[in-house]
Amino acid sequence: MASRLDALIVETGDGVEFTLPLAGVMTRFLAWFLDLFVIGAISTAGTQLVGLFSVFSSDAAQAFRIVLFFAVSTGYAFTCEWRLRGQTIGKRLFGIRVVDAEGMKLKVSQLILRNLLRMADMLPLAYVVGGAAMLLSKKAQRLGDFAAGTVVVRVVNWELPALAGLLGDEYNTLAEHAVVVARLRREVEPSAAQAALGALMRREHLDAEHRVLLFGEFARHFKSLVRFPEHALTGMSDERFVQNVVRLLFQKEKLKVPAART
Amino acid sequence: MIVDLEQFVAKNSSFWDELAALLARIEQNPDKPFTLAEAEKLHYLYQRAVSGLGRISGLPPSNELRRYLEALVARAHVELHDARRRGTPFRPLAWFFGVFPRTFRRHFRAFLIASLVTLLGALFGGFALAVDDTAKDTLLPFSHLLGDPKERVLAEEAGDVQDEGRGTFASFLFQNNLSVSIRTLAFGLFWGIGSVLLLFYNGVILGAVCFDYVRAGEGVFLAGWLLPHGATEIPSILIAGQAGILLGRAIIGWADETPLVERLRSLAPDLVTLIGGVGVLLVCAALVESFLSQHHAPVLPYAAKIAFGVVELIALGAFLGMSGRQRGLPGRRWGYGK
Repeated sequence: MASRLDALIVETGDGVEFTLPLAGVMTRFLAWFLDLFVIGAISTAGTQLVGLFSVFSSDAAQAFRIVLFFAVSTGYAFTCEWRLRGQTIGKRLFGIRVVDAEGMKLKVSQLILRNLLRMADMLPLAYVVGGAAMLLSKKAQRLGDFAAGTVVVRVVNWELPALAGLLGDEYNTLAEHAVVVARLRREVEPSAAQAALGALMRREHLDAEHRVLLFGEFARHFKSLVRFPEHALTGMSDERFVQNVVRLLFQKEKLKVPAART
Repeated sequence: MIVDLEQFVAKNSSFWDELAALLARIEQNPDKPFTLAEAEKLHYLYQRAVSGLGRISGLPPSNELRRYLEALVARAHVELHDARRRGTPFRPLAWFFGVFPRTFRRHFRAFLIASLVTLLGALFGGFALAVDDTAKDTLLPFSHLLGDPKERVLAEEAGDVQDEGRGTFASFLFQNNLSVSIRTLAFGLFWGIGSVLLLFYNGVILGAVCFDYVRAGEGVFLAGWLLPHGATEIPSILIAGQAGILLGRAIIGWADETPLVERLRSLAPDLVTLIGGVGVLLVCAALVESFLSQHHAPVLPYAAKIAFGVVELIALGAFLGMSGRQRGLPGRRWGYGK
């Protein structure tokens, strides 16, 4: 079985990668379940409307009914995905969207094909083949997605995070020790620095116990790399220490260079 | 690389905001062509966002700033790499009389294979009925085909068949035949085997019906009944089979080193064209079947119906074989797309 990915990773021609979080099987199933109700509602409303033709010809009214039901059940998903940028009503409510598997613009032909090939995914009933294909596929693609080169991703509207003030602007006592800070900047691995920054950005979402444990771990790690004088750390909590270290790493704070000895 | 994030955001956020606003405008009017100035601006802002994303690519994937920039770059990437010609409307007549027959001809060998499989099915259907008359109940799925052909012909010629419900019948036939065609295409996903089986099964039904009527001495009735609509309906199913076989071949990829994803990507427009053409042909077939095929002698002489069917078949052959011919375009081949 191919190992499942959580996100579609697309590499641009400029050598930069971006990721799109993949939608889960259950979310897609629920979205489609909701769409079935929408299809039923549209068909029922359309049938009632078409029924008015029976005043003139019951044959014509029945013919329209058959064509209408077929058109709605076959064309609903395609029409919605085409007009609503890769979303049906169900997909929109569940926050998922069809996109091109290579991060390109979705073509109409891709949307038509993924929806026509649904017939194979629906076999033998209730999307058993499509569901199995999604579970086995690296990118959670049903067969129609695979042939049309599409994937279904979660839609997340990320806002630009407010970084100002995140790290605080209080006096940073560690900045008084320029030599240690220089060594710190040299010794700290970028991954550890970024993890500490991530922890600070998320600290409000942590419960008190885990917050203490997490920042304790970071503090121990940074203290193992460089040794600040004891008096600089007096009364400083682990979290404050990590915050000050991250400020030194990610902000160009003015360091207090010790006066030259004469 | 560790960067001063606050300074980085302060320096670039106005460009990102501008890019987000430009993208929102483009996304609201996806078919409106870019002006040169807009295209240049989009490219410049995209490059800045890409460069920014490159600078913070060391941040963990869960980092909000990285996610924000990735989402922005993803949206801009889609718009910048739009292969379609914006502002070019779909021209149905040019597509049907040009693109569709050209696509058909380009993959003619797959059509021949679909025809051969159907013919084999028809021979099997006829043979099965010849050796075992009771096989009719098993082979023919439609109740109106199970009776004695002679009795049906007598009833039809006596005008016992209801004239009401022609429209309903036409729409039923259309949706039934289009469903069969879509299934024939879709089952090509199973390495083409699904399409081949459906084509063979259609052939079995056709062969059994033909054999049943010819054996009963009702060959003329059969030709007068089947030819007018069958001249478009049967080739339509064969074209759907052609598409299914192409899909299966692309999935198997014999003697083709192109990656599977690329093979499917380049074939997709052709599959959609073929099945779209099938849809149009099936509308014609359903109308003919409802309003012409079901009328028999003495209302409509068999000779006239057969002549109509033959003319239709020749016209369809000429359309698929010659319509939309352009000098310099590639001829028939197995390959994918373009």
